[in-house]
Amino acid sequence: MFKYFEPNKIFSITSKAPKYVLFLFIVILSIGLTEALILSPEDYKQSHSVRIMYVHVPAAWISLGIFSGITFLSIIGYIFRIRNFFLIAKSLAPSGLVFNIIALVTGSIWGKPTWGTWWAWDARITSMLILALFYLMYLIAWRIFEDNDKVFKVTSIITILGIINVPIIKYSVDWWNTLHQPASINILSKSSIHLSMLFPLLTMTAAFALFSLLIFLMKYNTELIKIKNKGLDRL
Amino acid sequence: MIENLFLMNGYGIYVWSAFSFTLISFLTLFLIIKIQYNKEKNKFIAKFGSLNSEKAVFAKSQSINKEILSNTSNI
Repeated sequence: MFKYFEPNKIFSITSKAPKYVLFLFIVILSIGLTEALILSPEDYKQSHSVRIMYVHVPAAWISLGIFSGITFLSIIGYIFRIRNFFLIAKSLAPSGLVFNIIALVTGSIWGKPTWGTWWAWDARITSMLILALFYLMYLIAWRIFEDNDKVFKVTSIITILGIINVPIIKYSVDWWNTLHQPASINILSKSSIHLSMLFPLLTMTAAFALFSLLIFLMKYNTELIKIKNKGLDRL
Repeated sequence: MIENLFLMNGYGIYVWSAFSFTLISFLTLFLIIKIQYNKEKNKFIAKFGSLNSEKAVFAKSQSINKEILSNTSNI
């Protein structure tokens, strides 16, 4: 099954896909921005500041999702010795880190009019900051270590340690008394968010997911060409 | 209408700065990755050009190399 993940087989697809993904991203983002900034209603309590949710929440979701994906790929890659899984994980990390930073910064901007402060050492916010540090450690490890075996081992350890933080982020608002509000959207139970706000939120999430796919494809292609460059040196 | 869109009952500065930060981050990341991609691709083309004919034929026999040389992605 893993032979389908060979770079030779994937590259013919990944090299052509970015332009289509970019086009789709621009279309979905335009719809999402129109919905988020113009068409969606203001909140009865938070007024227009609620619109920050449309960038803050999708960014947080995707950064968590990407880190979970990186961990899964690193573990499977390490167990079955699939080098390409590490390459995929490495290519996902830059967009994961950027989404994490976006979640932190937009959360801080949202905090000022809502809580009266830019920052609080609250469980949810602090655990998101820790996730950003894990992303940084992961990316720095790829820069520091030259030896493949070493970098695979170190990055796997970083992701395994970092993944412990993911459920803490998710349940921090339930486990501790936090400034951060509990989740408004639940997959297993009824969501407390109105459809008029849910639609722009999901549209923006789709746009952000497409952006991370675009960055992943471009980064993955860059990494493959880098490997091929080394191959040409050896000829 | 337009004024209300910018001011948003006094929350405009927060909303617009959050959205601007997001879009600027997207653009910055996109440009960084694109520059890295172009750099590696140009390096590959330069290296390929410096190969002798025998090595070039061998290198071209690999499908990825062929893909890279045939103007892979315009992004």
